Amino acid sequence: MKPGRLNVEPHLARPDDFYQGLLELHRDLSDEQSRLANAKLILLLANHVGDHAVLDEALRIAREGLAEAVASAGGQPPPVEMDAIRAAMQGSSKEGS
Amino acid sequence: MDRRARPGDVARARERLGENQPMSPAYERPVYAYRRAADQDAVRAVRHPVVIVGAGPVGLTAAIDCAVHGLSNVLLDAEDTVCDGSKAICFAKRTLEIFDRLGCGERLVKKGVVWNRGRVFFGERQIYEFNLAPEAGNGRPAFINLQQYYLEQYLIERLGELDATKLRWRNTVTAVESRADGVGLTVETPDGPYRMLCDYLIAADGARSAIRHLLGLPCQGQVFQDRFLIADVVMQADFPTERWFWFNPPFHTGQSTLLHRQADNLWRIDFQLGCDADPDEEKRPERVIARIKAMLGEQTRVELKWVSVYTFQCRRLERFQHGRIFFVGDAAHQVSPFGARGANGGIQDVDNLIWKLALVLAGKAPTALLESYDAERIPAADENILNSSRSTDFITPKSEVSRAFRDATLMLAEHYPFARRLVNSGRLSVPAVLHASPLITPDADRFDSAPCPGAPCVDAPIQTAAGEDWLLRLLGNGFTGLYITAEHGKMPARVGRVIEQLAAGTIPVDVLVVGGRLTGDGPGRGIIDVAGLVQRRYGGRPGTFYLIRPDQHVCARWRRIELEAVRSALTRALARAAQRSERVA
Repeated sequence: MKPGRLNVEPHLARPDDFYQGLLELHRDLSDEQSRLANAKLILLLANHVGDHAVLDEALRIAREGLAEAVASAGGQPPPVEMDAIRAAMQGSSKEGS
Repeated sequence: MDRRARPGDVARARERLGENQPMSPAYERPVYAYRRAADQDAVRAVRHPVVIVGAGPVGLTAAIDCAVHGLSNVLLDAEDTVCDGSKAICFAKRTLEIFDRLGCGERLVKKGVVWNRGRVFFGERQIYEFNLAPEAGNGRPAFINLQQYYLEQYLIERLGELDATKLRWRNTVTAVESRADGVGLTVETPDGPYRMLCDYLIAADGARSAIRHLLGLPCQGQVFQDRFLIADVVMQADFPTERWFWFNPPFHTGQSTLLHRQADNLWRIDFQLGCDADPDEEKRPERVIARIKAMLGEQTRVELKWVSVYTFQCRRLERFQHGRIFFVGDAAHQVSPFGARGANGGIQDVDNLIWKLALVLAGKAPTALLESYDAERIPAADENILNSSRSTDFITPKSEVSRAFRDATLMLAEHYPFARRLVNSGRLSVPAVLHASPLITPDADRFDSAPCPGAPCVDAPIQTAAGEDWLLRLLGNGFTGLYITAEHGKMPARVGRVIEQLAAGTIPVDVLVVGGRLTGDGPGRGIIDVAGLVQRRYGGRPGTFYLIRPDQHVCARWRRIELEAVRSALTRALARAAQRSERVA
């Protein structure tokens, strides 16, 4: 991989093992402890990556879509019809793998 | 699936909603009559080689497999009909291949709905889709969806054709006595109790196994608190035949929903309800229909056929063999429904066990062979439990931080492919590979491809003198060999002699000789590799030989066939080697 490009293709050999490990990291921690553990994890991994261009790209992507997510978490959900579901489905099906 | 709607619930709801004209005829559950058996009038308890308890998918499969192996057996069930509601609906390719071996795969596939594609939604957006379709040149699809009651009915009818099973309805086991020389049972019936004996007992009596309780055997693992609502709904909808999974959909905020199509235009909808839901309130048909209409639109005409609220466990018995008693399916191990690993796992248990029982009962293998059931199926159960627990942890996060990771993964998955691998809406059932089995002979020669020793055989289109067929339909029930040759006529005389000697052994090995074209008579059964896929999928240079078990798993493979090596692998596959070393010790 060329420097300065964040790899967003699958790169973990055993993704489910990793995800389980991630959840286990937080087992029995308080919310405050979890936040600190996550922060330490990010700092460790950032140092390991080392490439500032890669880190900048990751920082940018991490901010994407947060406004929408917060909006949808509060308030009443809009009524959804089959058409809307289908439209949503077609709108993003190009992204499918 | 431990709660059922009361009879009449659905009809009453339909009346209130003014939906009295059903859109599809209801499935009529057949009622199988209790009949008094001769055993009940016997002065002394009658002894049978095999008794199976529980006529669900796994128990019925066990009875059919016994019949196919020529074992007469008795199947006891406490009720007198098939299951209520669709229950297990996803049957995986491997399961269909097992049913092909048992002579009933075709009927299931014809009735079932074939699907390969799944879509995952987060909120209002599709974040990705996946396709599980096996590569071309496989006899069976990745999955079919079929209501469990059809599966049970068809398996019961298959048992009738085979005529080796005494199927006794309304026979409830109330006592079990495990002895060194057999198992004693007390069975309650409408005519009162009777006693029977058997050489081997197969407990296929489900997640709340009576046999397990009677023996006082604990199941250990994780109990999940989240409740799920499951509904069978007839509706006129033009959704494609796909698995749709929603995380946090707008019509069911904060929870998840799963939609699956089944036969007869019946749809299965699962709603996650959370830990605090009131099951009785949630099962009210008005409430269920309101949820469905919120999902599909007010105008959608839906007819509720069955509804249930369930919780689940991921746990297992410490051992599945207890002397002469074998636990199979949910009686031995339970998983969450995500991943279709319950019924599919149980049917693989049976696939693993019955050929061993048949050989031991025929005196052709030592009882040590039966011990390999635990060695082979406990790791398989653990794999299913691990995968279904992880799916459950992803779908129902237990803490704020795990919910944050879950939602972050879903947000990233729409645009960044790496995150799709982390999304876990169910890791769908794949067959177990018997890696650590004492019966399997590891590779000594170099192979770069599957199926490795311990793996189930892979399919390929072939042709025999009788016409086009699939490789897997020719394998199984006995030991089979697969010899790959360039041309049938050019097989060395030495190989021909080995093949003849293998066919004549006390445990005969029926060798399929796979080549480009058939040229006259030779040893073994000649088959044509019409698409070259047998050779490709089995990494087969001419001269390659596979030894295959009665359950279609690879026992051993070589680049060059040698009689002594094959015999030694066969000895190992029958646990005869283990017996000898025990005697020495």
